[in-house]
Amino acid sequence: MSASSAFSDEKGGSASEPEYGHDPASGGIFSSDYKRHDDLKEMLDSNKDSLKLEAMKRIVAMIARGKNASDLFPAVVKNVACKNIEVKKLVYVYLVRYAEEQQDLALLSISTFQRGLKDPNQLIRASALRVLSSIRVTIIVPIMMLAIKEAASDMSPYVRKTAAHAIPKLHSLDPEQKDQLIEVIEKLLADKTTLVAGSVVMAFEEVCPDRIDLIHKNYRKLCNLLIDVEEWGQVVIINMLTRYARTQFLNPNINESLLEENSEKAFYASDDEEEEDKKAEPATLAKRKPYVMDPDHRLLLRNTKPLLQSRNAAVVMAVAQLYFHLAPKAEVGIIAKALVRLMRSHSEVQYVVLQNVATMSIKRRGMFEPYLKSFYIRSTDPTQIKVLKLEVLTNLANETNISTILREFQTYIKSMDKDFVAASIQAIGRCATNIGEVRDTCLNGLVQLLSNRDELVVAESVVVIKKLLQMQPEQHSDIIKHMAKLIDNIQVPMARASILWLIGEYCEHVPKIAPDVLRKMAKSFTNEEDIVKLQIINLAAKLYLTNSKQSKLLTQYVLNLAKYDQNYDIRDRARFIRQLIVPTDKSGALSKYAKKLFLALKPAPVLESPFKDRDHFQLGSLSHLLNAKAAGYQELPNWPESAPDPSVRNVEIPDWSKCSSRKDRKEKKVEKPFYSDSEGESGPTESADSESDSGSGSASASGSDESGSGSESEESGEETESDEEEEDEEEEKKKRKKLDKTKAKKQAEESAESEQSSSAEDRKRGRKAVKNQKSASESESESESSESEEESEEESEEESESDTNVRKKRTPVLKQPPKQSKKESKKETQEMSLLDLDDYEPAPASASVTPVNFLSSSLVSDLEGLSLTDTILAPTTLAPSGSIKMYELLHRIKGEGLAVEYCFSRQPFSPEPNMVAVQIQFTNNTNSETKNLHIEDPRLQSGMRIREFAEIDVLAAGESVTVVMGIDFCDSTQAANFQLCTHTRKFFVSIQPPVGELMTPAFLTENDFKKEQGKLMGMNEILEKLTLGEKCVNEHVIVERVTATANLSRVPCGSDKECRFAGKTVSSGCLVLVTVTTKEGGGAQLTVNCEKMLIGTMLVKDILQALSQ
Amino acid sequence: MPNHPVPVPSSVLAALKNKTIHLSAAKMIHSLFLVNASGDIFLEKHWKSVVSRSVCDYFFEALERATEPENVPPVIPTPHHYLINVLRHRIYFVAVIQSEVPPLFVIEFLHRVVDTFQDYFGVCTEAAIKDNVVVVYELLEEMLDNGFPLATESNILKELIKPPTILRTVVNTITGSTNVGEQLPTGQLSVVPWRRTGVKYTNNEAYFDVIEEIDAIIDKSGSTITAEIQGVIDACVKLTGMPDLTLSFMNPRLLDDVSFHPCVRFKRWEAERILSFIPPDGNFRLLSYHVSSQNLVAIPVYVKHNISFREGSSQGRFELTLGPKQTMGKAVESVLVSSQLPRGVLNANLNPSQGTYTFDPVTKLLSWDVGKINPQKLPSLKGSMSLQAGASKPDENPTINIQFKIQQLAISGLKVNRLDMYGEKYKPFKGIKYMTKAGKFQVRT
Repeated sequence: MSASSAFSDEKGGSASEPEYGHDPASGGIFSSDYKRHDDLKEMLDSNKDSLKLEAMKRIVAMIARGKNASDLFPAVVKNVACKNIEVKKLVYVYLVRYAEEQQDLALLSISTFQRGLKDPNQLIRASALRVLSSIRVTIIVPIMMLAIKEAASDMSPYVRKTAAHAIPKLHSLDPEQKDQLIEVIEKLLADKTTLVAGSVVMAFEEVCPDRIDLIHKNYRKLCNLLIDVEEWGQVVIINMLTRYARTQFLNPNINESLLEENSEKAFYASDDEEEEDKKAEPATLAKRKPYVMDPDHRLLLRNTKPLLQSRNAAVVMAVAQLYFHLAPKAEVGIIAKALVRLMRSHSEVQYVVLQNVATMSIKRRGMFEPYLKSFYIRSTDPTQIKVLKLEVLTNLANETNISTILREFQTYIKSMDKDFVAASIQAIGRCATNIGEVRDTCLNGLVQLLSNRDELVVAESVVVIKKLLQMQPEQHSDIIKHMAKLIDNIQVPMARASILWLIGEYCEHVPKIAPDVLRKMAKSFTNEEDIVKLQIINLAAKLYLTNSKQSKLLTQYVLNLAKYDQNYDIRDRARFIRQLIVPTDKSGALSKYAKKLFLALKPAPVLESPFKDRDHFQLGSLSHLLNAKAAGYQELPNWPESAPDPSVRNVEIPDWSKCSSRKDRKEKKVEKPFYSDSEGESGPTESADSESDSGSGSASASGSDESGSGSESEESGEETESDEEEEDEEEEKKKRKKLDKTKAKKQAEESAESEQSSSAEDRKRGRKAVKNQKSASESESESESSESEEESEEESEEESESDTNVRKKRTPVLKQPPKQSKKESKKETQEMSLLDLDDYEPAPASASVTPVNFLSSSLVSDLEGLSLTDTILAPTTLAPSGSIKMYELLHRIKGEGLAVEYCFSRQPFSPEPNMVAVQIQFTNNTNSETKNLHIEDPRLQSGMRIREFAEIDVLAAGESVTVVMGIDFCDSTQAANFQLCTHTRKFFVSIQPPVGELMTPAFLTENDFKKEQGKLMGMNEILEKLTLGEKCVNEHVIVERVTATANLSRVPCGSDKECRFAGKTVSSGCLVLVTVTTKEGGGAQLTVNCEKMLIGTMLVKDILQALSQ
Repeated sequence: MPNHPVPVPSSVLAALKNKTIHLSAAKMIHSLFLVNASGDIFLEKHWKSVVSRSVCDYFFEALERATEPENVPPVIPTPHHYLINVLRHRIYFVAVIQSEVPPLFVIEFLHRVVDTFQDYFGVCTEAAIKDNVVVVYELLEEMLDNGFPLATESNILKELIKPPTILRTVVNTITGSTNVGEQLPTGQLSVVPWRRTGVKYTNNEAYFDVIEEIDAIIDKSGSTITAEIQGVIDACVKLTGMPDLTLSFMNPRLLDDVSFHPCVRFKRWEAERILSFIPPDGNFRLLSYHVSSQNLVAIPVYVKHNISFREGSSQGRFELTLGPKQTMGKAVESVLVSSQLPRGVLNANLNPSQGTYTFDPVTKLLSWDVGKINPQKLPSLKGSMSLQAGASKPDENPTINIQFKIQQLAISGLKVNRLDMYGEKYKPFKGIKYMTKAGKFQVRT
């Protein structure tokens, strides 16, 4: 790739500079030496970027080595606004590191970041937010909060991602902001871009992991997006969804838990490969209610499965634990292969994976059995890996494979790694206890090890043999004898203690040897380790009780030695035992039972895996690895007894509704149903791989949440009323619920919207059959409205919609008495849809009367649209107002005779209300006809969408034709690039909207205007002074200029010194408020209030230019 | 000097300053320390508040306890933090975390950091890191935000921070310009986050290397205990624009278990067993796979060995002969044999028929650089070992590790069928190379 060592002298030319990084230990160059720091300060104060950069580099090198550079703070912070990007970056690094210590000074830099937050470049906005939120200074909490909120509704998903990242930062700085932050999280959770998903879930996990209710509405979306989220986000989301699923779904293994082990074995022996149909096991379970998996549960399992093939071990592990905790037993098997693959990775990865495999292999042994050989140990493995592999091998051992495993173990015992040998011996012991058939073989093998030259090996063997013998002592007195002989040679205390215990315990089997051993031990008592001493006392006591004749004196002697031992445990023990076994007059009733106490039959030890029951920790977690609860660990909940209501995950309310105000929404509810089918696919979030599956319930679900546009329509009907009447909304909700239930029953493949849309269309055709439709209120409202306009013959659906749209907009201006409509709505729910009609009726008549609209060119054209008879795809010709500017898309010469011009018609684009309508005029200047004019290959910024015009089959020579296409610019002035194709050629073209065209007029009253303006203060307000151009003599001209620049409508105003305009952005419906206040002598002040600062900034620029001409 | 944005009365300021900042359980990676082989911390980076480097004492303790450098437990709990470390290139990367986080998440990230350094500096050594400390710092800053991974895709990072090259270093010193990209990157914002936009090459070329490694354990008698193939396809793609590639195999069924670069479309693979992807620019690992069914795995070499010690004698015999087994007619090259001899061995006096051998009396490591195996004249290494006088015969058996390479062969038989490009007009130059290597190939004696 890149050449290596040669760039070690990055600053090679400047020989005078010391090489930072040269010697880690010699901080002397910089630290303590204050002259050096003066030097740096000087460099930072200089005008040369290169000097500054050099200084910053050296400072960063100091920080990297952990040297204190805090005294340079004032000198560094000055450079925060430096033009040079690298200097700036390094200053950021410095700031983040030291701001906490130098809070007063740090505040000086804040305004730079605040300015950065308004920058038109999304990356600058993002980085400003990143640094601002990383400065841990409590005093800027409110600024941070504001910035985060702002960024959360930024049009760039990248900035929104940064906002999500900033949330935990602010939370750790000031936990009191939690509630507000949760609101932001809620909003971001609704975001549909993959870029944001991972980060916001991370914020969720950190700030409010218990607010599982926030996930409901986003559950299906998260499942569907998962595959396209970046890998780190995937891990976080999967872990969160595991917890979620544990609270919301039923245990898929609920039926099996009764049968437990025996059936499990049989089951796994036959098949543990992936099985798509997991119907509960037959016959035996017949009495239990059959378990049916929630389709959402299935959705999660299905969508995570491909991630087992991720290159990222953390992702694979996350999916593996999800399957382990959530999947039906029959399906868990598929994770084994992926986990085994991970074992090829770095040893740290292996270590963690093996820990988890060890836990899993206890519960689901069958799963890993086919991969037994992958756990064989290589001499080059690090010891900790070897030990873990042994653990897994031991867990996997059963009657069928034990012989191979034992053969492996035999090689391990000869290894040079003694710790590993010791572990192997223990493993053999465990196999022997678990599998009765091989107990004798193992025991014999271990006894052979007793003659091993390595003491550690012998010692470990003794300990294991002791445990084994305890299970069946009678048959093995010769082994005990053999071990008694070993006591002379073995020095390892644990082993000596074990032998002594064995002899004491089974002294009846070796009556001749035992007293002799005690004799030897009494001799060496004082030199023994404590555990050995205790066992000597034990042995003495037991011998005293069984064979007092031979051992009485010895016992006395040992107890006397112990009495004066340094260790109080031993002294205590001696005293206690003496009281028990040596009968004196004072000795209590207990001594009678001494024999029973000492020589009771002791249960054989159970050799258990240290990994047993570790699975109560979520696998793959830190807590599981450490087998202790780590700070911040979220307990994996138990399955619920009965499933919570699954309908909470149904998505009805469109996501954007949470962010924009009610009024904004009104603008959007143009009738989707007609198009919803195709929109579902064109949605920006639609991932390439996650096709909506044909699985019954989930299909409709995924459809409905992906095509947010579709679901918008669902509520569009009722939304119109709900503004005014709360009660209606209530009723509407009930109705909606009913609708859902019927939906669920049907379990049809089509999504709900498409159903409705098709029915709506049907009804259009058969106009009169409308009223008996109960299910879809909104589509009724449409058909109703179309009915009402029967006077305009042959009206297309689209046309009628654009009318309703216009009318809806007007209603607030007209100030329809709300009471009237209220009454009506109460009469019957059915008629609610009629409400719209009521509102519309007077509209066209009074529109011309209202003084507000008199200049709005867009309105004029809207009105024009009312009487239009053509479909919208054939040309909505422009209103005759000359103010609309034509732009060139393709020049006649470049286009080889085809000239293309476009303009922003300022008409609402009816198929999709959040698109800007672009009217395109093709003129064929050649002498031959041009065919198949259409658009291809749009290259768009993420989030942007295009709705192409219908292909123009033939354009005759000399003719021209006009079409309309829609572009969702996402409220940005980024150009939409695409190819314009004819039957012979392709032309690259792009359309870039002036900011003023990104909005549509909004009609507000003076009061509303003031209210909204009040909400958009602070960073959302931009003030600018200007001198009016010569021609801007009166109000009329000003209004004309402003409305020509931006698609705004005028708001009535009492004062003639002030002109107010209002609009909202097309895509997200944010309010844009413009005020021009004129002063004496040609001066004026322009105020723009807009939540989207970027739009505001650009709009100010444009209007300024228009007014000062 | 910029204006004070929010005028705050000084009294408030003072009050706020005294308020202790509450640090809630912060997640993910808190700090990173780089520790060299001799136990010095030579770089530290904090993403949140500063954690004193004394926290590393717990790590040093564990380091001392461990007999081998790789035996340091990857996760070390301390009273207030958890240390998660990885060892690469004799450098420990010690991450400090404060609360629950999937350990693999951190481990995988640390490895990604190392990979990035390697990608940037060619090597990831202490010297390289120190020499490029500023770039390292900038990289770490971009890769992690508040302890959560931000940009880890090398293509994006390279747009943000240009890797140092000789030329640029010279130019930078003269002009005073920088390593930081002048233009802000767009890759992160696009639909294909792993690919830079606006890539241009005069020679458009795409090379794919199919590399297979054989992992095997051969027992004393020469029979295979376990053998599997780990394969990867590494790509070097230098194509203009946004090419969309498809790669198909003659025998895709061979691939048992596959893992992909994020660019590969899962569904297409599932359905058609075709790799369809928009490649990242430059070098990347397209996929790795696993062929495990044992009968498929051909073992290309065999070893005849006789390593024995006689009781009572201070001499041991050492004989080793290598030969080719199933090599599909290809030559076995770059053969390297190594073995850890028992501790009792003082020295070895051996005679290789070809190549050179070394024996380190301290570590007891024997290594024999064989070179190419000539089937007509099999390489052998024979001689005697001297043992400590009076010591009894060691009862351990050394294992023999073998490395080798076979060019132009994928031992599993995997074959690429064709490579097609869509989305761009030009004709790229395509190349594919096969290679088989020994992975963890061990012979027990």
